[in-house]
Amino acid sequence: MSERENILARVKEALTVAAPLPGSHHGAHAEPASLPTQEDHRRVLPLVGESFEERVALFAKNSDELRSDFKLLIDQSELVAALNKLRAAEGWTRVASHKGSLTDAACQALGLPVLLTDAGFDKTELEKCPVGISECDALVAQTGSVLVTSRSAGGRALSVLPPHHVVLARRGQLVPGLPEAFALVKQKYGADYPSMISFITGPSRTGDIERILVLGAHGPKKLTILCF
Amino acid sequence: MSTAAVAFKKDAVRLSADLRHRALIQGALSKYELKRDEKQALFQDWQGARQLAAETKWEAVNHLDTYLDQFVRGLEARGTKVHWASTAQQARDIMVGICREKSARSIVKSKAMTAEEIHLNEALEHAGFDVVESDLGEFIVQLREEAPYHIVFPAMHLTRGEIKDVFERKLHDAPSDSPEELTMVARRVLRQKYVQADVGITGANFAVAETGMVSVTENEGNARLTAALPKTMITLLGIEKIVPRLEDLALFLPMLATVGAGQLISGYNTMYGGPRQPGEADGPEEFHVVLLDNNRTAILADAEQRDSLHCIRCGACLNVCPIYRNVGGHTYGTTYPGPIGSVITPNLRGLQEWKHLSYSSSLCGACTEACPVKIDLAHHLLQNRRNASRQKPSFLQRMAFKLFAPLATKPWLWSLLVTKGGRFGQIFHGLVKGTRLDPAYVWTKTRDLPPIARQSFKEWWKERK
Ligand code: SF4
Repeated sequence: MSERENILARVKEALTVAAPLPGSHHGAHAEPASLPTQEDHRRVLPLVGESFEERVALFAKNSDELRSDFKLLIDQSELVAALNKLRAAEGWTRVASHKGSLTDAACQALGLPVLLTDAGFDKTELEKCPVGISECDALVAQTGSVLVTSRSAGGRALSVLPPHHVVLARRGQLVPGLPEAFALVKQKYGADYPSMISFITGPSRTGDIERILVLGAHGPKKLTILCF
Repeated sequence: MSTAAVAFKKDAVRLSADLRHRALIQGALSKYELKRDEKQALFQDWQGARQLAAETKWEAVNHLDTYLDQFVRGLEARGTKVHWASTAQQARDIMVGICREKSARSIVKSKAMTAEEIHLNEALEHAGFDVVESDLGEFIVQLREEAPYHIVFPAMHLTRGEIKDVFERKLHDAPSDSPEELTMVARRVLRQKYVQADVGITGANFAVAETGMVSVTENEGNARLTAALPKTMITLLGIEKIVPRLEDLALFLPMLATVGAGQLISGYNTMYGGPRQPGEADGPEEFHVVLLDNNRTAILADAEQRDSLHCIRCGACLNVCPIYRNVGGHTYGTTYPGPIGSVITPNLRGLQEWKHLSYSSSLCGACTEACPVKIDLAHHLLQNRRNASRQKPSFLQRMAFKLFAPLATKPWLWSLLVTKGGRFGQIFHGLVKGTRLDPAYVWTKTRDLPPIARQSFKEWWKERK
């Protein structure tokens, strides 16, 4: 027998005796009715606000606490201005990015040499880029997170290797909370999931030395979210 | 007493009297407590969330065979190689085998308690590979050649000065003792390792059956890099990590972060379902998932304690445990310290050898209340004690109860010897208190003894009538 069969046989054998349900020591062996629904999750999780304005305000507040830089912009011209300001402030001479409608426009506006990750790339080159610019799948108000996948955001390394990650998003991409974000993932990719789905919440952080917060432990020291 | 028990007792006595250690741990944990309470209060119904989480894990663990099968099929459909290991030895052999086959030279690892459990680093180093821990806390304890102190905060027991010292000794680079600068030293050293590493190893916090994905929670981005740059990625996880559906993570991820570290959600929560897929920019060419049993099925077979497999390794029960906070993480001598360690270690590694952990508890129940998946830890400690004495009755224990029973069942005798006798004895106690002549010496050598109440409950009750 293979180990797979051995382990599964032991599991099956073990499960012939029923276990008490959560919250009861004895008796009450009946199965719970069903797994929690999205409404059940919503009912217990933190509040997320009713309107778009409330949710944007919640996202902004969470970003602030996480030390992400979140900017809600009027239109694409403001986006270009915001990018150029960052470029001047940090002295970018080139950027890393991927193909996409928002990123293409941004890279064109910046007019700098671009390392595109889409068709494969040299990791030492990517490591030297001062910034990675990517799109995303959603912004999550409840947690201040950015949802990216290996398909929507230029692969796995682009959003974590350069010291600064700039995310471009549309207003319509803001979702209230995690239940809605997972529903979106299922609906968008259910037939064929990307190999990586990641919720990025704030710049890379650690508290491993005396529980004191330090940013940029491994991944980006800065996370900028530009939303229009 | 078993050798483990002797070592435990010795270290526990030493550390609980170590005021510096206590100040350090209390300091770190009080910061955590503030944040945890703040985040927990944001939940609309925290107790309701615990119940849902417990029911979800109950469903997963009580139909583990079905869900494991579904999990594995999903992974394999995307080209992942899944391996099964009944024992720690098998898991080590599988992983060393993969590294050999890939002719790996350097391996980068992100935090994985299961890897500690099977002593993976020793095995890989013994086989000639260069292994580096990338989580900052794990990196520090690796440099110090010691085990993690806590399952979430591995270097919680160290001061910045001690960390600076080890950086100086091992890396010859420690500009100051500022946490910021020390972290940047680690960043520089580890960056190079990532780019060079041939194999990346991670653990996993959850295994999603429905979609065939492992979910990895972290704050530093080190696991993200481990899963992005090396050509081969290996994830090692226990078979109990299953959750049924992707959306279950909507509940578990914020709960884990809240009680684990006082965060709304951790910095990076990432689901991996396979190696680099056609059309994707990067990612490993090969993805291996190693499923570990290592006696988990033995716990599964104990219906009474099956729920201890619901554990999501958040560390909350450690943080609130008065024993953990006084004796410290290393004293346990186990991979998993604290209440959960005291519950599962005797069942994973031998009841008689490890039963002392189940006895070293005041049964205050703080762990049971803290646990986000409602594991009844305090009762499981009692059950371990019951099982241990049933399996191997202790003569002393039996004698003690033989003496205690008649005393406790005869109120007049109790009143004479315990209530009145205690009051009388206490008049003279001051003369011998804390010396070897003191009958309460085991207690009084390190602690104060509060005076016995002037009135017993019984006396009060009579008077009241
Ligand atoms: S037993 Fe509960 S509180 Fe303790 S680590 Fe596991 S999940 Fe967390």
